[in-house]
Amino acid sequence: MDKRNLRVPKTIKLFIGGEFPRTESGRSFPAYEHGTQKVFAHLCRASRKDFRNAVTAALSARAEWERRSAYNRAQIIYRMAEMTEGHREEMVSVMEKVGGVSARDAHLAVDEVIDAFVYYAGFADKFSQLSGCVNPVSGPHHAFTTPEPVGCVAMIFDDDDGAVTALPTVIATMASIIASGNVVTMLLPGAVAPLLAPLAEIFATSDLPKGVVNLLTGHRSELLEHFASHMEVQSISYVGSDNTVREKLKTLGAENMKRVVCFESKDGAQNGDINIGLERIASFVEFKTVWHPIGH
Amino acid sequence: MRSVSMIDKEGRSLAVVVPAVDEVGAIERADFFTKRSIKKDSKLHALYLAISMCDLTTLEGADTPGRVKQLCEKARHPVPPDVFASVARTKNLPPIPSVAAVCIYPSMVSVAVKALEGSGINVASVATAFPSGQAPLSTKLNDTRFAVSEGATEIDMVINRGAFLSGGYQLVFDEIAAIKEACGEAHLKVILETGELGSLDRVRLASEIAMRAGADFIKTSTGKIQPAATLPVTLVMLQAISDFYLKTGKKIGMKPAGGIRTAKQAIQYLCMVNETLGTDWLTPDLFRFGASAMVNDILKQIFKEATGRYYYDRAFSLD
Amino acid sequence: MKMTNKRAQKRASAKASTTNVSKFAPAKAVAGGKSAVKFEYAPSLESTDIVQIEKRNRLFIGGKFVEPTSGRYFPTINPATGERLAEVAEANEKDVDLAVKTARQAYEQIWSKMSGKERGRYLFRIARLIQERARELAVLETMDNGKPIRESRDIDVPLVAAHFFYHAGWADKLEYAFPGQSIAPLGVVGQVIPWNFPLLMAAWKIAPALACGNTVVLKPAETTSLSALLLAQIFQDAGLPEGVVNIVTGAGATGAALVNHPDINKVAFTGSTEVGKIIARAVAGTKKRLTLELGGKSAHIIFEDAALDQALEGVINGIYFNQGHVCCAGSRLLLEESIANDFVEKLKKRIAQLRVGNPLDKNTDIGAINSEAELKKIGKLIQLGKDEGGEFFEPKCALPEKGYFQRPCFFSNVSSSFTLSRVEIFGPVLAVSTFRTAQEAVVKANDTPYGLAAGVWSEKGAKIHKVAGQLKAGVVWANTYNKFDPSAPFGGYNESGWGREGGRHGLSAYLDVRGK
Repeated sequence: MDKRNLRVPKTIKLFIGGEFPRTESGRSFPAYEHGTQKVFAHLCRASRKDFRNAVTAALSARAEWERRSAYNRAQIIYRMAEMTEGHREEMVSVMEKVGGVSARDAHLAVDEVIDAFVYYAGFADKFSQLSGCVNPVSGPHHAFTTPEPVGCVAMIFDDDDGAVTALPTVIATMASIIASGNVVTMLLPGAVAPLLAPLAEIFATSDLPKGVVNLLTGHRSELLEHFASHMEVQSISYVGSDNTVREKLKTLGAENMKRVVCFESKDGAQNGDINIGLERIASFVEFKTVWHPIGH
Repeated sequence: MRSVSMIDKEGRSLAVVVPAVDEVGAIERADFFTKRSIKKDSKLHALYLAISMCDLTTLEGADTPGRVKQLCEKARHPVPPDVFASVARTKNLPPIPSVAAVCIYPSMVSVAVKALEGSGINVASVATAFPSGQAPLSTKLNDTRFAVSEGATEIDMVINRGAFLSGGYQLVFDEIAAIKEACGEAHLKVILETGELGSLDRVRLASEIAMRAGADFIKTSTGKIQPAATLPVTLVMLQAISDFYLKTGKKIGMKPAGGIRTAKQAIQYLCMVNETLGTDWLTPDLFRFGASAMVNDILKQIFKEATGRYYYDRAFSLD
Repeated sequence: MKMTNKRAQKRASAKASTTNVSKFAPAKAVAGGKSAVKFEYAPSLESTDIVQIEKRNRLFIGGKFVEPTSGRYFPTINPATGERLAEVAEANEKDVDLAVKTARQAYEQIWSKMSGKERGRYLFRIARLIQERARELAVLETMDNGKPIRESRDIDVPLVAAHFFYHAGWADKLEYAFPGQSIAPLGVVGQVIPWNFPLLMAAWKIAPALACGNTVVLKPAETTSLSALLLAQIFQDAGLPEGVVNIVTGAGATGAALVNHPDINKVAFTGSTEVGKIIARAVAGTKKRLTLELGGKSAHIIFEDAALDQALEGVINGIYFNQGHVCCAGSRLLLEESIANDFVEKLKKRIAQLRVGNPLDKNTDIGAINSEAELKKIGKLIQLGKDEGGEFFEPKCALPEKGYFQRPCFFSNVSSSFTLSRVEIFGPVLAVSTFRTAQEAVVKANDTPYGLAAGVWSEKGAKIHKVAGQLKAGVVWANTYNKFDPSAPFGGYNESGWGREGGRHGLSAYLDVRGK
């Protein structure tokens, strides 16, 4: 008997606050190998409490990540690109097995992930110069406007896309959000969920402070409401085209005036599209205007 | 916040602590008083008050006894009483008050004392090697003692700006304390010469040192240096007086000098005093104007209020 | 007269010289040396002759003043007297629909086709006309709103003109605002503004909307419609094409009709967070863009190393400007413990100098509360503050017998948990508490669902920058407060709203910006 057939299908755990906990709900759902009924792995079906814990972890990382220099954030995001290279084979193999993707396409997707990391690594110390300014106010004051991270961002996606499209979209969106100093909790879309383990490894080994990025897997329909209504979440990123999702996020999010930012997945920010890149970053910052007397 | 430590005459250590001054904010606040709109009775009230707070001054090398006597006449009657009575008849305005003091060099004190006899007008003398103050302390003390012995009731001294600017705060303090002693009963006004201090922070510190050392009044300027009194500088000094009063319960007087030429300016200053220190300070005992040219402009305004006509300058004697 | 002391002699003589006491009695001021007479500022009233108020004020649609379809009008009150100033038309859904249709037509046929240069010309012209009719605008604003004439004259109206002037210049330079990106106007924008800065808020809304190529339907607050209607006359005088700006007056229902109208592309609202949330939910399922300028509970931090006299003025300006009807009012004063007692004493002295009264008096510092309802609300919150155990202080100044007035006041020893520290009072009521370290100050300042503005005072540069950086607020005034400029973006974090107004950043609220 081939011993390899006896392997125990693993359970892919969540990634919260730099740790790998199981869902507190004790629930899971299977990811099958493509076109089969063979369980590739069990994925955690994150609950409302897991989400809450992830937000708590994100919030506790917020001050530190925000305080890091832009250069340091850039270095860490670049490090993610390097770590992705190290996890390439594993990611490609998951995409092949679960997503039924050709090795070539899977490699291209990983290339795009690396590109996105590199691109936003380079943006971390540029966007404030591009979007901030000194305001020529009339009077004896110096007034300048700078972008600051909005805070804790919850990220959700549509499940329609396959891994080849979804993976780079997820990473580019996330990288654009953390580059400015935000912390995130994201529910991975279906096609990316099985990749949680290598992704988490990348984040866990890139000198990223624990809690800056938190990854959940589960059912969007049962988490959506909680994402939208959590009062400590300042902003939601939704990449997708479902109007009912948008409406729900905006309606529930109004309670704490969440910034609900919606992008169509087709305006994906991969491939180093500069214009979209700045627009993405600027969607998750608050502009602060500081005045100080300067004399007559 | 600035803290400078001083040793007083008795050898006790004093901490002179002053808050920082934000120049833009001080100017903004001072500007506010130019927006006050003082009309009708309150304007007349202010104009009369301003005259009674005036120190008429002549501090020229060319001063003669004759000129000083003329000035003393003007001090008693800024406008001849009968002239005013005929102008003010219809409005039943009260007579124009005499000014608070005449301010002159020590050599002219005796002339002024004689000319002002019985008028109740104070004789103020500059002393301490006015206006530069560049003389040894002994000279400054002699200068002061002489003026007092001649009959001056008020001494306007200059601080040692050279010492102040080079950080010799103790020397500045000691000189003021010594002059204060030499003044005896005469009131001491300490001139900071704010136009030479370079910043409002320094104006605040110099004010505090002067008050701690025994000043009865603090005064902006000699009138020989530009800029002389300004609203922001005066405001900062008034705020120093306010804090000093809160801390010690002592009411120190204020005298802006130089650069105040119009009735309008005078009213702005009075509003500032009113809203910074309160009505307690709206008396010649605690507020003076070192502004001779202002008197005629005020008279012009009073005549206008009395007659409805705008007056020309030549209605009023130059001094 | 025998007196030994020369100073006493002087006093006596001064007394003698003023025996003929006139009605203004300067004598006492001098007599006895100690002033006994308060320096009263006689009323200096701004004339209202310059303003002609129509008895019935109609809607402004399609460049003309038109009757509301309902034929209904509601009164607008002068809050300083409680008397009716005029009547204002109440726009219903039909009127709003007409206004939106008119704006749509103007957008499609005229405004969207016009060059930026030409749009800019209209805005420049409007700015000039505002300057030329500045006094009229200021007096009308004061009469309808209750704010002191000094503020409407020196702050509101000049800023209104500046906003049009600033945005006029953007109209033909928008491509430089978003380099490398494509921009397009949004279409018809519906704008709902509050009563605290009626004219200034109209300018903040209309000027950037027009500069970016949109057309406008504006709804002023129901208690303060008149100045917007005067602005409409200025639009007519400037020859602004008909329908580019339409003004529908009315209360909440009119606003709701505008916000919910299916053919507007964007809603811009300034007002309470409560209403902001309702609007956010109302447009959640639509494609309408939304920017919101909402409430605040801004902290004003004073460190012991601050320029304390200027900080005191900053605090006064921060909370008592415009009767405290300011979304970014510095309503929570945080004092470093080492200076707290002295500062509170100074604050008491200082607010006793504020002159509360007729807003048309040029010497009035605090005018009328905008409406009876607001006055009652403020009164309730003050009572609540007393019940909660805050130490209350207000000066003893007399208030006018008629009209809606509130003395400037503050509570000291306020805990963060008090209602006073948490809810927006929107009146001249300050909550004072203390802190011991910079870190504590920042934590306390950020301890609010709002995030509009903050003030910080210290003469230490590094501290200013550090604290300013840590405050979660869209505007930080460091060593100053309540400064506004059309070039400086303004807007809040968190529940204080979405988006910025003013500056380059404010333009993006009125443009569709996309990657090329």
